[in-house]
Amino acid sequence: MQLNINGQLRDFAEPMTISQLLQQLELAPERVVIEHNNEILTAEAHNKQLQDGDSLELIQFVGGG
Amino acid sequence: MDKLVIAGREFDSRLMVGTGKFASNQAMVDAMVHSDSEIVTVALRRVDIDNPEDSLLSHIDRDRYLLLPNTSGARDAEEAIRLARLARAAGCEPWVKLEVTPDPYYLLPDPIETLKAAEVLVKEGFIVLPYMPADPVLAKHLEEAGTATVMPLGAPIGTNRGIRTRDLISIIIEQANVPVVVDAGLGAPSHAAEAMEMGADAVLVNTALADTPDPAAMGRAFKKGVEAGREAYLAGLGPQRDKAEASSPLTGFLRD
Repeated sequence: MQLNINGQLRDFAEPMTISQLLQQLELAPERVVIEHNNEILTAEAHNKQLQDGDSLELIQFVGGG
Repeated sequence: MDKLVIAGREFDSRLMVGTGKFASNQAMVDAMVHSDSEIVTVALRRVDIDNPEDSLLSHIDRDRYLLLPNTSGARDAEEAIRLARLARAAGCEPWVKLEVTPDPYYLLPDPIETLKAAEVLVKEGFIVLPYMPADPVLAKHLEEAGTATVMPLGAPIGTNRGIRTRDLISIIIEQANVPVVVDAGLGAPSHAAEAMEMGADAVLVNTALADTPDPAAMGRAFKKGVEAGREAYLAGLGPQRDKAEASSPLTGFLRD
């Protein structure tokens, strides 16, 4: 399965949910906000199954003025 | 000091601080703590998935500070609205520092796109604090669109040059019915004091706190500058004159 994550194409061996992807990337779910195919996800939607070709934005807070 | 009220919420501090460009998270926390600020700005960016950094939020006590996400990086209204919605989805209160800066050299805010984004975000229930050029007419338009404050710039972001837009900010202060927060360019506590003496309701400072070897001391210095300026404004400054007016009596001189 190929995913576009933050503008980069990545291959994954098995189908997975968004929660499983975060686990694999070692990202704590509470620190990221996610857009899935241009749609902002709520935390409850993390069990959504990802499909080949999906695009994701994983966004976090950083310092800023 | 009298309280600052934004969108019905009261704050003891009139100094908002940014969290960007600090040498370390500890330096950032030092500046926040010592400035006694209650509102801190943060930005949203993509996670570097190969190198996830330490989470910024783990360093910010959310009971003590109101997190004010900005829309920095947005080049138009659409990008700014997307960032504001993402911040809310991340669990923030619906407060947003609206920032639309298409020009990468001076980072000057785009008045037209800022107003467009403000109109949409206010309708979506956001409490909008717009970063804006020091334009009194635009300030009125933003206020009419329902923004919670206006945030005119003193000088371009990160320049530490002080209030170069003084006359225009004075007009904005005179005409505003929402709090006026002077943002950007304030590089010294005297600049913050000047804004407050002019009658600004608050200031926002980032670079000046991050750009020093001692952010804790600079945080304290800015706090004092803001408080001094506010107190002087409330007390009422004496008028300026062209000619001298003696402070000592003009009678009883030791001469004939």
